[in-house]
Amino acid sequence: MSIDTLDLGYRYPGGVELRFPDTAVPQGGVLLLRGPSGSGKSTWLALAAGLLTATKGEILVAGQPLRPLGGRARDAWRAGAIGLLPQKLYLSDALTVAGNLSLVYYAAGLAVDPGAIASTLDALGVGDIAQRKPSELSGGQAQRVALARAVLRSPRVILADEPTASLDDVSCESALNLLRQSAAACGASLVIATHDRRVAEALPQAPQLLFSSKNGSIPASMGHS
Amino acid sequence: MNTLALSWRYLWSRPLAAGLNLLLMTLGLGSITFVLLASAQLERAFERDLADIDVVVGAKGSPMQLILAGVFHIDVPPGNIPLAEVQALARHPQVAQLIPLSLGDSFWGFRIVGTTPAYIAHYQATLAQGAIWGAPLQAVVGAQVAASTGLKTGNTFAGSHGLGGGGDAHGHTPYTVSGVLAPCGCVLDRLILTATESVWKVHEDMHHGDAPLDPEDQQALEAEREVTMALIRYTTPLAAVTFPRYVNSSTGMQSAAPAVEITRLLGMVGVGTRVLQGFGAVLLLTAALGVFIALWSAVRERRADLAMLRMLGAPPWKVGALLLCEALWLAVLATVLGLLAGHGLTAVASWLLQADKSVVVNAWQWVPAETWVPVAAVGVAALAALLPAVSAYRVNVARLLSTR
Repeated sequence: MSIDTLDLGYRYPGGVELRFPDTAVPQGGVLLLRGPSGSGKSTWLALAAGLLTATKGEILVAGQPLRPLGGRARDAWRAGAIGLLPQKLYLSDALTVAGNLSLVYYAAGLAVDPGAIASTLDALGVGDIAQRKPSELSGGQAQRVALARAVLRSPRVILADEPTASLDDVSCESALNLLRQSAAACGASLVIATHDRRVAEALPQAPQLLFSSKNGSIPASMGHS
Repeated sequence: MNTLALSWRYLWSRPLAAGLNLLLMTLGLGSITFVLLASAQLERAFERDLADIDVVVGAKGSPMQLILAGVFHIDVPPGNIPLAEVQALARHPQVAQLIPLSLGDSFWGFRIVGTTPAYIAHYQATLAQGAIWGAPLQAVVGAQVAASTGLKTGNTFAGSHGLGGGGDAHGHTPYTVSGVLAPCGCVLDRLILTATESVWKVHEDMHHGDAPLDPEDQQALEAEREVTMALIRYTTPLAAVTFPRYVNSSTGMQSAAPAVEITRLLGMVGVGTRVLQGFGAVLLLTAALGVFIALWSAVRERRADLAMLRMLGAPPWKVGALLLCEALWLAVLATVLGLLAGHGLTAVASWLLQADKSVVVNAWQWVPAETWVPVAAVGVAALAALLPAVSAYRVNVARLLSTR
């Protein structure tokens, strides 16, 4: 299994406890996290990315049990195993597009591979804007650059947070296709957190983790659309 | 891409803020450098001119005036003393060396000093051209005098009465330049040296015209001869206890110890340097605050960039190090610019002092105290960056992940 959770829970300091249903995603599979804003989708993503530590239960991602990992080991593991596509893209305007991608290597403490950067940008159809600043890009271009950053080092799991939130129907479809193709190209599992019904409609076969928000205690359930 | 290169890019991604902070820090470090340089150079110049002069004997008056006039040549002397008494002092058992100085005339504002070749030897000055005077009315000019007036060996010039220039010219008794001194970085650079007899000759001729004197008058004249002061080196340090008392009580002259007077003078000047130093420190503090505010706002602005680095797997120390590096870049640049500015300012000051025919200051010399400038810069920058760096280190990545 690429992602396995058992009795997973997280309690915010001095806050409510979130409980998550058990999940199993095979390598190369797709999982949708569905529910309204603030229902715990991002928390689940942060747990899967090792940015938060579960306070209850177990979570295995890319074959790695995360709870016993120390901070430094988890950072190193994340750099190699996880591709993150946050809702806010966080492209730095201090650097060019290529410079933003080279941060992937910097963060992992590796030598920059300009060939990989160029070919990844090319594969996503944005090879010609490598020397531009992110502020000069269109929304679609910026998202492709962020996707390129997520898949640059062929991660085992790609975690995408609301990748279609601000897109029209045509862009939404092509963005989803691009995401799935990119994940398939490197054999990565794909987790998409979304409150966008179009995503569920475009991926009818994908298992879903349903989140809802009720009176501060937040049950979640497993299901299909 | 490494931390140094990346922090450099981040620094200049906000060129206005970076430039202003750099300017602020440069001003602080520059003024501190200037104060350090100026006070060190001034002290060094004093020490150089004092070189082994144990006591100065001259007419009664202010001892500091005597030192300023006799050793540094920046004040007028209190008066003259009889040659006979100076000659008696020279035979005193505690006197190892006595150099007589006769002041009174100047050329283009440079003092003409009647003395003996021992004065040149005392400062270990060497001749750049020509030779030391062999007869009265021959003169050796200092390096700065030669540079300003264009005097060369073989030239003649007429001194004017008084030390400030603008007095009556002694046109009928011109001096001939017998030699030019190499720059010594000491007081000799701005003096015109000649034999003591020259000064007598110029003034006696002025009063009596060209008519030859009868032997009796000549004898009377010689008995009345005076010099302005005497620079004295002791045979033994113990003389410092008894010799001044002897001079002050048993003769009509007064003695002044340069070491004592200079300590007094530097004590007075010291207030000024301390004010300047305090001013520089305030500037530096302002600069530190500027760097702090800049980095703090940089962290806020770049919280996202830094969080992204954490998301990409960068360990927290790497993110903190990025900000520290950014501050260190500022410190290094400000140190270089500040040192340049400080030395440049000193060069301007030394040029002004030189035009004033006053103390010689070498602006492009490194003084050991300057080592503190980079230390201060790095310390200030690191201190200013510490809180932002810690904040970057502890940036809450999970919360930023859910930011829309």
